[in-house]
Amino acid sequence: MNDDAVIEFRDFGFKYFSQKEPTLHNINLTVHRGEKILIAGPSGCGKSTLGNCINGLIPFAYKGEITGSLKVAGMETKTASLFKLSAKVGTVLQDSDGQFIGLSVGEDIAFALENDMVPQETMKEKVKEIAGIVGMEEQIRQNPHDLSGGQKQRVSLAGVMVEDAGILLFDEPLANLDPKTGKVAIELIDEIAAADRTVIIIEHRLEDVLHRPVDRIVLLNDGRIVMDAPPDEVLASGILKEYGVREPLYLTAARYSGAKITSGMRPASLETFAVGEIKDDLQRWYDANYIRGHQEPGKNLLAVRDLQFSYDGVKPTLQDIDVVIREGEMLSIVGKNGAGKTTLASLMCGFIKPDAGVITMEGKDLAPLSISERAEYIGIVMQNPNQMISKTMIFDEVALGLKIRGMKEEEIKEKVYEVLKICGLYEFRNWPISALSFGQKKRVTIASILVLNPKVLILDEPTAGQDYRHYSEIMEFLRKLNENGQTIILITHDMHLMLEYTTRAIVISDSKKIADQKAFQVLCDSELVEAANLKETSLFELAKKAGISDPLGFVECFIHYDREVREHEN
Amino acid sequence: MKIKLFSYDQLDTFVHRLSGFSKLVCFLLLTTAIMLTYDIRVILAIMVLSYIMIICAKIKFSQIRLMLIYVAIFLIFNFFLTYIFAPEYGCEIYGTRHVLFTIAGPYTVTLEQLFYQITKLLKYLSVIPLGIIFVLTTNPSEFASSLNRAGVSYRICTSLALTLRYFPDVADDYNTISLAQQARGLEMSGKAKMSERFKRIAGILIPLIMTTMDRIDIISNAMDLRGFGKHKKRTWYAARPLGKGDWLAMAVSLFALAASLYVRYFINHSMFYNPFI
Repeated sequence: MNDDAVIEFRDFGFKYFSQKEPTLHNINLTVHRGEKILIAGPSGCGKSTLGNCINGLIPFAYKGEITGSLKVAGMETKTASLFKLSAKVGTVLQDSDGQFIGLSVGEDIAFALENDMVPQETMKEKVKEIAGIVGMEEQIRQNPHDLSGGQKQRVSLAGVMVEDAGILLFDEPLANLDPKTGKVAIELIDEIAAADRTVIIIEHRLEDVLHRPVDRIVLLNDGRIVMDAPPDEVLASGILKEYGVREPLYLTAARYSGAKITSGMRPASLETFAVGEIKDDLQRWYDANYIRGHQEPGKNLLAVRDLQFSYDGVKPTLQDIDVVIREGEMLSIVGKNGAGKTTLASLMCGFIKPDAGVITMEGKDLAPLSISERAEYIGIVMQNPNQMISKTMIFDEVALGLKIRGMKEEEIKEKVYEVLKICGLYEFRNWPISALSFGQKKRVTIASILVLNPKVLILDEPTAGQDYRHYSEIMEFLRKLNENGQTIILITHDMHLMLEYTTRAIVISDSKKIADQKAFQVLCDSELVEAANLKETSLFELAKKAGISDPLGFVECFIHYDREVREHEN
Repeated sequence: MKIKLFSYDQLDTFVHRLSGFSKLVCFLLLTTAIMLTYDIRVILAIMVLSYIMIICAKIKFSQIRLMLIYVAIFLIFNFFLTYIFAPEYGCEIYGTRHVLFTIAGPYTVTLEQLFYQITKLLKYLSVIPLGIIFVLTTNPSEFASSLNRAGVSYRICTSLALTLRYFPDVADDYNTISLAQQARGLEMSGKAKMSERFKRIAGILIPLIMTTMDRIDIISNAMDLRGFGKHKKRTWYAARPLGKGDWLAMAVSLFALAASLYVRYFINHSMFYNPFI
């Protein structure tokens, strides 16, 4: 074994006892001390399983059959123990909310030390030191649940750093973070990696991770490694899309322009990318494809006027909100976590009552209607499908709302089948819901709302935690619904989603509406981007670097072009 | 939108500073003292003590409003049912009969019965604040650590602390799921019949169990990865050594129990205090 190899997979394979086929096949991978590795691949490719093999959850918490060998810090994992491995590998799990054990930040950070029987005094000192490193010293007595998303992640990180593990494993660290917080998180990981730690990041949001350099990208598909190379090579090869991983947008634009990308052009980051070499291609493509899009606005459907709301009667959650939703629109409501965007949706659905202001549907005041009566006008699909599904069979789940309304069996059957066909679930109609993937469950929840035929459909983070393939699948489906006349509101902080699928974006920041304009304009406006915790789109930066006179026009041009390409593909 | 039926509130008062262990001991001692007596003087003394503690702990009425409403309904029912089923019990106990007035038939109101029922009511009213203080001022982690020190297995203590800690989250889930169901047309507001509403609340349970199972899966992995169960013992970040205040509180409670027993066996020679002879 190579001296400074800290992780060594040799002809490694793994099969869960509960599954027929192995999840990992023939893995050969060596990670050296101090390296920073990105493991990417579509959902179900086995990347989380690979991570669990390294931290010891496999085979100790998830049972299965291991073939070949895996050594972590010199220990063969098959025969080591979860405790020995967890002392070497610190894991930050995806959902930082769900992994807090302590009631205060300090207590949570201390958990590993408590289990190691460290005396209280030493423990308090150590916790203070680590909290300082991640910048959470001030919050040490706070409840972790009252922190912002980024702070929560810092606490989780401190909780694994406290053990002095040489290897840090991040399982989808960006999944629940808004773009700006994600950017800061990547910077923090980079700082920590500098202190001679080995860092492994499992993530499919490639462009965001590459905000700071990594040494290698390991691309996984169907449980096999398909590529293991420096980022420049992986990006130049252009194979990412084939495996359901989204490449950085600036690179997609460069490819559309017909330019040839080589690893020598350093495409891994826009900072290093030799834009000068493809300048002419970009200009030519822009000149040839530029058209300004026009859309006739529909009639006003849902109107919110002068809305005021506060949870505690002291601090306003929403102030002076005026929003008009037109028929046939697909728009996004964006803003940082806690800015009030979900509150706005809850007010529209009647989950909570406004302190002042009116919400009308086609001129009719919705205030006297109960939540279930409003369901005829406004349907909401929540972020987590498990919070919505209450039946075991797909047909029953979708039929639930109609049965409550006392519709006849025959009619219910007809309507449910129709909706299932629209949602591409017709062939599964007699399946149990438990047999579906996350994306399919999401579609069941959309179907169960669509069947009620609401005038406006609201979706809260419809693609959270989805890889590129499922993202496209869900969004293309929503677009088709929209083209058939369904009005759709998307609550999101996914920049790709707002850029590629919504025409208009409403930005809410610190309880106020601060913008209501075209989505791509929002993402090119540095002030709005800052206020909403978003990130400027790399397309804008690319256009500026290439010296294109109207960078905003370039972004718009890209969106139109990209939409056509996608439509061809589907 | 956190549901605050009972949740620990972090403040810095004398009562909050007491260890969870000593609070549990005091709670048990004082409750026993009250259970073993029907002497209104002892009960009143402990009641005054517990209300002083409520004020010391800066517990606000708004925090316990919901709980108090339930308790009040229970007490009123209890008061009237006690009378309906045993209107003459007071006379049996005290051996005298001072009639105040007659309601109807066998139902007469006697001074003895009234005295007995008021004593009983005060018993409840002095125990309830003690429970409220314990629940609202005890940090679950610190409580777990002191239970562990008292000899309970740390696995049990940790899971107890986690249950308390996750209770508000599960309550939030319940709320979200209920809203999701209503948004599909399930009527749970006052516009639906009571029986229908019960049936529909049952429909929330499946998704609630699913999301709770997800939570348990995540938290148990997180705990495994951070070495939970590595050794036969563990230390506690939140542990607090017993201070002077703790010993004082336990001493006062022990004295209250002793006083209650003394009054019962050496002064009254029975469970009851009899002012009628």
